[in-house]
Amino acid sequence: MSKIIDGLYYSESHEFVKVEGDFGYVGITDYAQHELGNVVYVDMPEVDDEVEAGEDFGAVESVKAASDLVSPVSGTVVEVNEALEDEPGLINKDAFENWIIKVELSDKSELDGLMDAAAYKAFINE
Amino acid sequence: MSENKFTCLHDKHVAQGALMSPFGGFDMPIQYAGIVEEHNAVRNAVGVFDVSHMGEVHITGPEAQKFVNYIFTNDITKMEVGGIQYGMMLYPDGGTVDDLLVYTMGENDYFLVINAANIDKDVAWINEQAVKFDVKVDNQSESYGQIAVQGPEAEKTMKAVLDIDCTDLTFYTFKLVNYHGDNIIVSRTGYTGEDGFEVYASHDTIRDMWDMLMTAGVQPCGLGCRDTLRFEVGLPLYGDELTPEITPIMAGFGFFVKLDKEDFIGKDVCAKQKAEGAPKKLVGLELHDKAIPRHGYEVCNENDEPVGYVTTGYRGISVDKSIAVALVDAAYGKLGTPLKVHIRKKYFDATVVKKKFHDKSYKK
Repeated sequence: MSKIIDGLYYSESHEFVKVEGDFGYVGITDYAQHELGNVVYVDMPEVDDEVEAGEDFGAVESVKAASDLVSPVSGTVVEVNEALEDEPGLINKDAFENWIIKVELSDKSELDGLMDAAAYKAFINE
Repeated sequence: MSENKFTCLHDKHVAQGALMSPFGGFDMPIQYAGIVEEHNAVRNAVGVFDVSHMGEVHITGPEAQKFVNYIFTNDITKMEVGGIQYGMMLYPDGGTVDDLLVYTMGENDYFLVINAANIDKDVAWINEQAVKFDVKVDNQSESYGQIAVQGPEAEKTMKAVLDIDCTDLTFYTFKLVNYHGDNIIVSRTGYTGEDGFEVYASHDTIRDMWDMLMTAGVQPCGLGCRDTLRFEVGLPLYGDELTPEITPIMAGFGFFVKLDKEDFIGKDVCAKQKAEGAPKKLVGLELHDKAIPRHGYEVCNENDEPVGYVTTGYRGISVDKSIAVALVDAAYGKLGTPLKVHIRKKYFDATVVKKKFHDKSYKK
């Protein structure tokens, strides 16, 4: 069973957003890391890059394949999780703890278009 | 598209929870424990693969030797009974029909092992060429199951678990074994760069062997790590490094193309490319960054002009680097040449290196 955390927002492409004030931590869900297998590389944007909801902002790569990261929110990247540069496998250990980018949200109403934990749970069990 | 076929071990893979995916027309296990764990098991200890999807074609008849030597690039007249050769079947233009193993079973008696995805195409090709020869072509792919026991502990495992003594088998030789009444083929071959064995037997025997290997705790391995293992030691995969557009000379496998033997299909083009140089060359690439090159990504020169494409690429497992094999214009094929790989929106610096990234550990 994949882990799902209450209080986060989820996208259909299996990213999550954890909101703290005007900021959102974006990463991939436990379900996504499980489907990918061993993560060997995370292609991340740089600080000050703009991300747009529904657009690619990087990729998570397993041994076998690259999967695009699609941003669930729009805004400015204020921090990237540098620990993933040296140890991308942290995502397999705990996907929710190891967020990928921290975004200063430009439009918090975008969160309304995302799923809550219960809806995401139903979505991955479809 | 027709439905994917099942190997004789399919139900066991599913029951054991393997991640299944289509490959070569079969629904195959990609991974069990994970590609990295399985890869390391084979490099450091032992693992077992279901390779029952591979095709087997038996060729017999008064002109079998002459015929096989005509459709195959290596020189089978140099082989004794019990010997195995690797080589290719080529189109007249030198492009590759398939790469395969030829087992010498007896006088004018050969057993060809071909790629799963190519079984129909190869059998049609072989039959087409066979018209001019007094031979019998028998596609036995459906009758054989096959497992590969690979890794430094493979010999020990064959004896301890399956009670098959392989100490007398040298690299690229085989023997016939009467295994509880079933006549099976055991060869010291593989596709991992490690010591190991491949067993061809009836479906029932292969199922029994698989169960015994599982009970003994041998790591089941999927096609995921089979690809990373073969890639790191520079072994080609048909469809990636060898295609109808890639000759064995371009791919750097001239050693398996015996130009001094009598005529064979594709000889003229191979001889010309060997003498004058091929227009394209398969090279190894090492990236300076951690970004991962993947099959099909564009390879560019220093001016960002496309000069080729990646045939296989990975973040190496036994080699902690981002590495690739790429087909590039021959002008860019020299070791040390700076190139770039186009990955998503960026160009990443790379250097041409040898395409054997990890040393093989065969027991010769």
